[in-house]
Amino acid sequence: MSDLAMDAPYRPAALDRAEQGLLGKPIDRYEGPLKVSGAAPYAYEQAPEGTAYMAVVTAAIGRGRVTGIDAAAAEAIPGVLTVIHGDPRMPAGEGNSRAMPAMGSDEVFHYGQGIALVVAETQEVAREAARRVTVHYDEQPGRFDATAVEVQQDHKLGFLPPVNRGDLEAALAQAEVVLDRTYTTPIHFPAALEPHATLAWWEGDQLLVRTSNQVIGGAKGTIATALGIDKSRVRVQAPYVGGGFGGKTGVGQEAIFAAIAAEAVGRPVKVALTRRQTAYMVHHRSPTTQRLRIGCDREGRISAIAHESVAYQNDDSAFLEPVPFGTLPLYAGEARRFRTDLARIDLPATGAVRAPGEAIGTFAVECAMDELAEQLGLDPIELRRRNEPTRDPTTGKRFSTRRLLDCYDEGARRFGWDKRETTPGSRREGEWLIGMGMAAALRGNFTVQAEAEVILGADGRATVKTDMTDIGTGTYTILAQTAGEMLGLPISAIDVVIGDTDLPPSAGSGGSFGAGSACAAAALACEDILTELGLRMNAATDDLRLKDGQVTAGARTTPLADLVRGSPIAAKGKTTPGKESQATSQASHGAQFAEVAVNAVTGEVRVRRMLGVFDIGRVLNEKTARNQIVGGMVWGLAYALTEDAVVDPRNGRFVNPDFGEYHVAVNADVPQIEAYFIEEIDDSANPVGAKGVGELGIAGSGAAVVNAIHNATGVRIYDMPVTLDKLLSSLPPV
Amino acid sequence: MRFTINGSKREADPDIRASLLDLLREEFRLTGTKKGCDHGQCGACTVLVNGRRINACLTLAVMHQEDDIVTIEGLGSADNLHPMQAAFVRHDGYQCGYCTPGQICSAVGMLDEVAKGWPSHVSDDLSSPVLDEAEISERMSGNLCRCSAYPTIVDAIREVHDA
Repeated sequence: MSDLAMDAPYRPAALDRAEQGLLGKPIDRYEGPLKVSGAAPYAYEQAPEGTAYMAVVTAAIGRGRVTGIDAAAAEAIPGVLTVIHGDPRMPAGEGNSRAMPAMGSDEVFHYGQGIALVVAETQEVAREAARRVTVHYDEQPGRFDATAVEVQQDHKLGFLPPVNRGDLEAALAQAEVVLDRTYTTPIHFPAALEPHATLAWWEGDQLLVRTSNQVIGGAKGTIATALGIDKSRVRVQAPYVGGGFGGKTGVGQEAIFAAIAAEAVGRPVKVALTRRQTAYMVHHRSPTTQRLRIGCDREGRISAIAHESVAYQNDDSAFLEPVPFGTLPLYAGEARRFRTDLARIDLPATGAVRAPGEAIGTFAVECAMDELAEQLGLDPIELRRRNEPTRDPTTGKRFSTRRLLDCYDEGARRFGWDKRETTPGSRREGEWLIGMGMAAALRGNFTVQAEAEVILGADGRATVKTDMTDIGTGTYTILAQTAGEMLGLPISAIDVVIGDTDLPPSAGSGGSFGAGSACAAAALACEDILTELGLRMNAATDDLRLKDGQVTAGARTTPLADLVRGSPIAAKGKTTPGKESQATSQASHGAQFAEVAVNAVTGEVRVRRMLGVFDIGRVLNEKTARNQIVGGMVWGLAYALTEDAVVDPRNGRFVNPDFGEYHVAVNADVPQIEAYFIEEIDDSANPVGAKGVGELGIAGSGAAVVNAIHNATGVRIYDMPVTLDKLLSSLPPV
Repeated sequence: MRFTINGSKREADPDIRASLLDLLREEFRLTGTKKGCDHGQCGACTVLVNGRRINACLTLAVMHQEDDIVTIEGLGSADNLHPMQAAFVRHDGYQCGYCTPGQICSAVGMLDEVAKGWPSHVSDDLSSPVLDEAEISERMSGNLCRCSAYPTIVDAIREVHDA
């Protein structure tokens, strides 16, 4: 096993030689034909014969206790196999490798919490029976109104401790210019299009779970913990996952329920949440209140910056949105304060949704920077340039790679930023007010432990194996490209096997760390194979040249297949964080630009153009990376304009728990979007030099839209999303 | 009941409460057609019934006696792709792939509507609409893509239309 801790920058020599010319190329997705023909199996599909159907009974109160369940009417329906409640292994909410929910509890923490399950021969019977289960409650008053709950400054939640550097209040008092603004952001649903689904069955004392999950290695442990069995008895598979966006990083109630149900009926059992159940049983991003204070001199040089927020969580969960995470390394300033306070509320759990922290923190800091630039009479890019730090301004660490200034420059040039009217509300086309806005994008980069195995088979084909998932991110494709580049094989000679915990453990898909860590592990495994090939060629490893299945050493060229005939080579690679990871401040960066048209009569906002330039380290596949970045930018667009889950403060129910009223972007909302990369391989990040991509696109893109709305209309909205009712009363006279 | 599904005669005795979507997925095991919302809000279940695109979750199986139903599996297979399927691969008109069969069936049905001269909300000329980007986006807005691969979906459809 090639086991590499990132104690120093490292890059495999074969990636520099790039003889195959495969890594980074915009090749089509490896699994594409299966997806477009409907043959790719997701969790609920291709179930074994005899699989029974499960439906979940959910709480109809917002807070209290279950005092009794009467299942007689449900059990009387022909086709019902069993109704289960009160099993001590039933979790009250989602679990993950860091925290478990209450187990076997009769407590109702929020409306829509799963409290019983029904198993039946058909889906229709299961659903009907679930509705016939009568639940008795001891209902208690709940805290449902986010504006009325107590805020705790002293709490232990979250991974981001408060930062206090220098004397913030004194620095603000001395600053020539101070901006002090408070922003609010709404509840944000991850809303993956594939609802959470699980198929579970037992083979003897072995549990097999096929589930829609981003991090199956973690899921295996969580499922074992919930059921009180050894991890070795659980196998989790997720060959295809219909979107995750953070919502599938943990293990939902339904997955554990399905395992319990399968045990009870002695058959495979499958369940898919209904769309409305996903609103309650899947975590969402917390709403936030964010106060941003910036103090600077008249030239815009920041001396004080504070990003102080409130985020929410229920009594059964331990996550806290790290709101200022992206602000920490973004701008200079001696005096710094970053903190997120906690408010407990009786609503479904909050959790990690695409770019926890940056996705919403950038609304505050990037809209504030726009307003500050206007106050100072500076171009927004110039203000950012004047505050670009040379080292991480919070930790003092050196940056691994940071091309933010280049992103601003190239973005401004490509977008035509020089055509922006500096006076808001001064460009008009008919009844439309036109404006341009920009924002910085930043998403912290994580180095995470991952393993992969690569087998060079007797036929000269290579197989990559790891328990990574592909949730639409391009994992299949970039693993094949990495192995092909390292071993000099075309993509058609590579097989990729992922999504099964029987394979070497990876980091899973989350935090944008999956691609870099999994490809690094695969590349390291390939380095071991190259060493063995060198021995077989009787040549130094560094002298080998591999391309199109041929190995050349000096004047000798041999087909790769001849070198492995009768004796395949299998090797494992492992990458872990190390001293270099600790010593550097790492992030992906970008510059986001948007042009909007605001209807002067109705307040309707149309995004006409979006463009971004991004620094993501090595680009592993230009096509899939761009698609993912653009998807993130669309998320920012929708978060800025339409996405807003509304709570009924009387009972803790969502007013809009489905796609009919919770408005994700549709095709007609989205213009053609341009995304470009400034590629600088980051050797401190991981051996393939790739930084995170999947979450970067949402960072700052919404702020660019909101800033463009201000440029178009002269109106600043501090309460996201910017719906037309908020704009209308402030629009200039028609 | 009798159906023609992807050109083959099929029989079933569905639960009167079963949607066409559940009949296809659970009875006939044609799981290429996806369930995203079961409310007609996302379009993942789009199939062609007698040549027209519909949401299979919004119609009961028992309403389709003798109907001619085409699902994603009927358009093409992984080793013999329909031109629209191939265009989605080439343009990367997807990410997670879950909405993709619905997008593709919808796009095929939509191009047929355009060929028949049906206008849309954004058509300047109601008698002979021209399929530009705005028309494609408008006509495809019943199919959500949470990964938000909308720009490449439009590119793929435009390529097939222009070919």
